[in-house]
Amino acid sequence: MSLDTSTRGFGWRAVQVFTVLVYIFMFAPILVVIVLSFNASQFGGFPMTGFSLHWYAKLLENESVLRAFQTSLWVAVVTSVVCTVLGILAAVALVRYEFPGKEWVNTILIAPALVPETVLGVGLLLLIRFAHQPRTLWLLVLGHIMLALPYVVLVVQARLIGVKRVYEDAAMSLGANRFQTFREITLPLIMPAIVASVLLVFTISFDNITASMFWRPSGVETMPTEILSMLKISISPEINALGTLMIVVTVGLPLLGGGLARYLARSAR
Amino acid sequence: MSASALSAADRRRPWLLLAPSLITLFLLMILPIGIMTIFSFYEFVTAGVEKETFTTANWHEFLTDPFYHMFLWKTIRVSAITAILCAVMGYPAAYCIAMTTYKHKWVLLLLLIVPFWISFTIRTFSWIHILGEQGAINVSLLKLGLISEPLPMLYTEGAVIMGMIHFLLPYMILNVYVAIEGIDRNLISAARTLGCTAWQAFYEVVLPLSLPGLMAGLLLCFVLAAGSYVTPQILGSTRDALFGNIIFDTIMGELNWPMGSTLSLVLLIFLGAVAAVYSRYMGLSRVFKGLGG
Repeated sequence: MSLDTSTRGFGWRAVQVFTVLVYIFMFAPILVVIVLSFNASQFGGFPMTGFSLHWYAKLLENESVLRAFQTSLWVAVVTSVVCTVLGILAAVALVRYEFPGKEWVNTILIAPALVPETVLGVGLLLLIRFAHQPRTLWLLVLGHIMLALPYVVLVVQARLIGVKRVYEDAAMSLGANRFQTFREITLPLIMPAIVASVLLVFTISFDNITASMFWRPSGVETMPTEILSMLKISISPEINALGTLMIVVTVGLPLLGGGLARYLARSAR
Repeated sequence: MSASALSAADRRRPWLLLAPSLITLFLLMILPIGIMTIFSFYEFVTAGVEKETFTTANWHEFLTDPFYHMFLWKTIRVSAITAILCAVMGYPAAYCIAMTTYKHKWVLLLLLIVPFWISFTIRTFSWIHILGEQGAINVSLLKLGLISEPLPMLYTEGAVIMGMIHFLLPYMILNVYVAIEGIDRNLISAARTLGCTAWQAFYEVVLPLSLPGLMAGLLLCFVLAAGSYVTPQILGSTRDALFGNIIFDTIMGELNWPMGSTLSLVLLIFLGAVAAVYSRYMGLSRVFKGLGG
């Protein structure tokens, strides 16, 4: 790192070293999981006894893991589509219209991000009990929609504020109706935020464990709850392999999406 | 068409757009909290069965049983320690990222976002490989001959706090970073020109101006730590349970819905009070900003 030595002395150096240590703190444990997933040893921990892809092969034969993956994938895809649509509509209302009670509406829309997930988890379960309904996968989907909605509203809102109203006014004065204006003008302009939202909701849903432990139907495991129940049996090397695969997918997907969003933003301009 | 009819339609439109979201949140969040309140006054008969009569027995039990007070107090203590350690670790890092003249600053920022994409469960259990008997620390120390037996670090309160810091630190750094980044650099130059040392410029200008970000980070870390129960499940022993674990066990283990509802409301009211005190002095808008990234 280059630094201006005339104004930055020992203190700044110390801050830099400390920051590097903080980054190591954040990433070392994750790197250890990746490294250990290639360990030939039949135990999940150190020491490394050799390189092996054995645990990945074993993972692909593990039917309960594959089932959990399918469940999580289905829930996450449905959640991200529905939640993004709801969030876009709400964000348009908040940014483009003035109406009484706007502050309250805003607070309610953000509330699921601030109310403890444990409370939301218990609440939805009580609703189901109160209405004498069985716990199905749809409960998981509905719950995840609620949890992720604030983030869609925030992300789309932030982008929409940056889109000047004159473009929409111009389209309307040229004879487009509201729907056409939205489809032809607004939607392409906020596309980067929509892509970002879909990915964000997908990871929130795919990753959720705190509330999902309450909501999942009995006998059904999602990816995170499956890992948790595997951990309770033993720290097997298979968990490391599973963890590594999930890291590759969940880090790779947004990086790809970010690239795509940047590309869309450039072509929309 | 008259002007007033048009404006009536205009007035309805935002509500039509908001309706799906608001109905969803009413049905899934507000109504359930109402039901929770009703359940907290029901009478627990036996696992999974409750009588729909009015009783204050559950609230009485919470208010008088030291078991619950102990766990509530412990949750406050553990969350406060977590939030403060996040601030101690996160502030210098955020300051460094904001002030650095490093060419590829975006990499540092990207690395702050990456943890949000990695599964919380995986990030938490990764600490087993660091602190456990077969973890990096114990295996290295044994090999070096510094210890003869593995240190018991995993399944302790320290391990739980470590796991929560690991999960919450990015929230803290991002909040402080946004605040420091927003400070006009001319103020710092002015302070220096007027004779401040680098330390004085930091202490008199940067620190006070970044305080709202630091406070938002503290609130977020405290609230998220106090609501968690999965981290103690993975990294703690049964002794290290937090209030969230008690709620989970009461509902999913004992099937005691009335008491579970009462305890959930306690957690909600307590954290709501913390947020209300905060918003009275700082306003909540900054927390929203922190959540939006």
